[in-house]
Amino acid sequence: MPPPRTGGTALRHRLAELRGPDVPAKALDARALAALAANPGCRRRAILDGAGVDKAALASALGAPPVFGQSQFAFMRGNAFEARVKADGGAELLRLVRETLDPGAEPPERPHVPDLTAPGPEGRRTRTEQALREATAAGAWTLLDHPMLALDVAGSPALLEPDAVVVHPDGRWTVVEIKSFPVLDGSADPAKVGAAARQAAVYVLALEETAARLEPPPEVRHRILLVCPKDFSNLPTASAVDVRKQRAVTARQLARLTRVEDIAGTLPDGVCFSPDLPAEELTAAVEAVPATYAPECLSACELAFHCRARARAAGAVTALGRSVRAELGGLSTVDDVLAAARGEAGDPDDPAVAALRRAARLRAQALAAADREGAAPCP
Amino acid sequence: MSLIDALGRLEAVRTGRAQPAATVRHRHLSDRPLVLVPLTTAGEAGAPLGALVGTDRDAPRLLVVPQPRDRDLRFAFLAELADAVLPYIDSYAGEVEAAERTETDPETGKRVKVEAELCADAPQLIVPSRGGIELVRLLGRSMRFRRTAEQDPETPHPAPPRVPLLGRWLTHYGERARVPGSSLLLALTDLLSRHWATGQSGLEDQHLGALLAWIDPPDGMTGAQAALRAELARDADGQLLCPPAGPATDPAFDNRLLAPAIERYDRARTALAAAEDGLEADGRLAALAAAEREIRALVERVTRPTWDAVWRGLDLLRALPEGAHVEERWTRDRWSFTGHRDRVLAGEPPQPRRDDAVTAAHKLAAREREQARLDAQEALDDPLVMAERRLAGEAFTGEVTEVVMAYSEGKRPSPRPLVTVRTEDRPHLAERAKVYRSLGGRPQTAEFVGYEPCPDGALIVLRITDKMGRGKEPEPGSVPEKGEHVCFTLFEHEQRGGAKLPEPERTPWTHGGPPGEPGPEPADPVTEEDLL
Ligand code: SF4
Repeated sequence: MPPPRTGGTALRHRLAELRGPDVPAKALDARALAALAANPGCRRRAILDGAGVDKAALASALGAPPVFGQSQFAFMRGNAFEARVKADGGAELLRLVRETLDPGAEPPERPHVPDLTAPGPEGRRTRTEQALREATAAGAWTLLDHPMLALDVAGSPALLEPDAVVVHPDGRWTVVEIKSFPVLDGSADPAKVGAAARQAAVYVLALEETAARLEPPPEVRHRILLVCPKDFSNLPTASAVDVRKQRAVTARQLARLTRVEDIAGTLPDGVCFSPDLPAEELTAAVEAVPATYAPECLSACELAFHCRARARAAGAVTALGRSVRAELGGLSTVDDVLAAARGEAGDPDDPAVAALRRAARLRAQALAAADREGAAPCP
Repeated sequence: MSLIDALGRLEAVRTGRAQPAATVRHRHLSDRPLVLVPLTTAGEAGAPLGALVGTDRDAPRLLVVPQPRDRDLRFAFLAELADAVLPYIDSYAGEVEAAERTETDPETGKRVKVEAELCADAPQLIVPSRGGIELVRLLGRSMRFRRTAEQDPETPHPAPPRVPLLGRWLTHYGERARVPGSSLLLALTDLLSRHWATGQSGLEDQHLGALLAWIDPPDGMTGAQAALRAELARDADGQLLCPPAGPATDPAFDNRLLAPAIERYDRARTALAAAEDGLEADGRLAALAAAEREIRALVERVTRPTWDAVWRGLDLLRALPEGAHVEERWTRDRWSFTGHRDRVLAGEPPQPRRDDAVTAAHKLAAREREQARLDAQEALDDPLVMAERRLAGEAFTGEVTEVVMAYSEGKRPSPRPLVTVRTEDRPHLAERAKVYRSLGGRPQTAEFVGYEPCPDGALIVLRITDKMGRGKEPEPGSVPEKGEHVCFTLFEHEQRGGAKLPEPERTPWTHGGPPGEPGPEPADPVTEEDLL
């Protein structure tokens, strides 16, 4: 692992303080990156992830445990499918890669599947990098099963484990995503494909960081391979997914992130997120970092129930959805909006206030008309 | 989201109760809907775990797959589902009324009226949530290509004929649900959130329990409190008090209750298979039956609250008066149902796996047209929806302040009265724009002539151009009078093209069938690890 680009020991020390004494850092994983995509502007999430705080444990300590969990049925099925796809020393998977992405290359005769086991995530990351270097030099089809990659996220390293990475005979690299949602009659749930593409784009960026350290840097392909069960069977079907757009979006989000040390610098001394602390103290600590809660957090961030409760208690209109917020101009609390709508507050020359009053008047008229006539709107 | 809708949500937050998002009911509700509360097994593409189904709220039929990985048990479930659903569908197929529809004459290519049968009513399917609609589609897809022993004596897992038949019906209902305003297959969460604005986000409205909690909170609780309880409250066992409305189950239910129960079932089955004599087998059969009963009880425990919630939601919706155009749209649904009935009777093959380009284009056009129709009709039926259109500058209401008779030029002058409307609304009127009002349920057209600001609004001058009869003088009541309150829209009230039934994509096969349709498609190949 190269030293983090900024900060160094002072930052590391500060982040360890935020985590609490003797609390090990939790590496950023794919789930954290999904939360990042759902709410890139949230500083609270950024510092917690950056400091390696276990957000699920924190949320539980705050009295608002997350509800994410996986059914063992889904887990078993996912594993069984992945094992099937990678069976035979990866022969089938490499065949799919070649057929879908690189039909001009020689057929994979005897695929290399290097052993990536090593002590600890950091060891596995080093081992992965070494295997990638060797495979690229060897110029033969190589399958890296669950490699470990690193990506710099706002100054702290995220460790990522894609399902597989394939090295082509020409030395290029491809990310492989294996998902257990089906492709039915040639099409799959667009939301799920989109999520898979976003995830793969993060892996592409991480691979590119690794590639940049090699001489000459190998090319990371921007078309990834998505492998899913076909129809109602357990047979794999593969499709190439172009992730250039998702890659660009994620890269932009990552570049724009407030650097963790900057956020850390704004926190009062003594702030600590250790799950051992009493709930009130933790609430205050969490409150010290501004958050931008939106309902999308519910399916992405472990802290969502806590942040939602706080947003609701503060009367924040974003708790009702970003689209509501967009309609309301600068007014951000329920009371302010309703007062403006009733004409009790707000500048009538403000277009947002004027629109609100008109809307409130029209709404009241319509409801009164319906009450009067049992609804006959258009005379 | 419109500002009016946003205000509804904010009022809901303030009052602790959902607020009206509609003042009439915009969807048809059958007197005897069939409610289906399905569950699937996590991670499996639509592999059913169980369902409650039926038309009697006090006596749902419970269907369970005790081992969802067992193909024979899944197939038995689908056959049972067909037993539960097909008689209900059939009960609507027989009662018909005479009607007319327009068809293209195959020889002359002209549009001609032909006599046709129209089913007097149609079956209506209600599922708890959008996921339920997806599952209906998926089940339809998985069943409609199944082969019967009669079709193919060699087929490895022959299906009873009612299974592919149900598959075709579910496919039809699933497709119809994509048509805006259609009511053959409805998700209760969609229905409720169309009619009420809750104090939570649209995302959270997808949770049936939370949605109902806002609309009809229990005594002594605010909507927010009740919704939170519905989302999160668990019993001592870690089980949700309000189980998810499906089709996905709660992971804690899967891991703590269902998985061990299925394991016991598997063990009982293995033991039964290993029994050495009749006596031993008897005892083990009883153990197997007990294990199965346990799974059935578990499935019932997590579906029954949803089942009851669906009926409660239907009660709430029934309390709203039906919108004036709802019946007209339901008639389209009846045509859709009748059309599919006829295709099944005529022995047509099941719907293809993929639409050909022409059919797909037809469907898309039809959906756009129906969306426009729905938008117009909902506004005409509901002052709250009309208020949104007024706010958006797409309609205006006001009082008629002046009527001046005028006539068209030409040999036979017709009445072209000029009507001045005083309005506080701000319609986006282009020069000579057409506007419409409803006159006895039919649209009357006027042309925008002039505009003059006045205190608190504007005077809008319109020229009425039709629906005044054939004479020189307008028929009585056909021209708005001074002092009358009027409402004009900038959007058309009726949709041109395909307006008159039946569905455009449904060229009967007797007339060549939908363009480019291939012969019957083969069944899905069966592999060892098939899941449906
Ligand atoms: S749940 Fe809270 S911490 Fe997480 S992203 Fe949303 S607002 Fe930020």
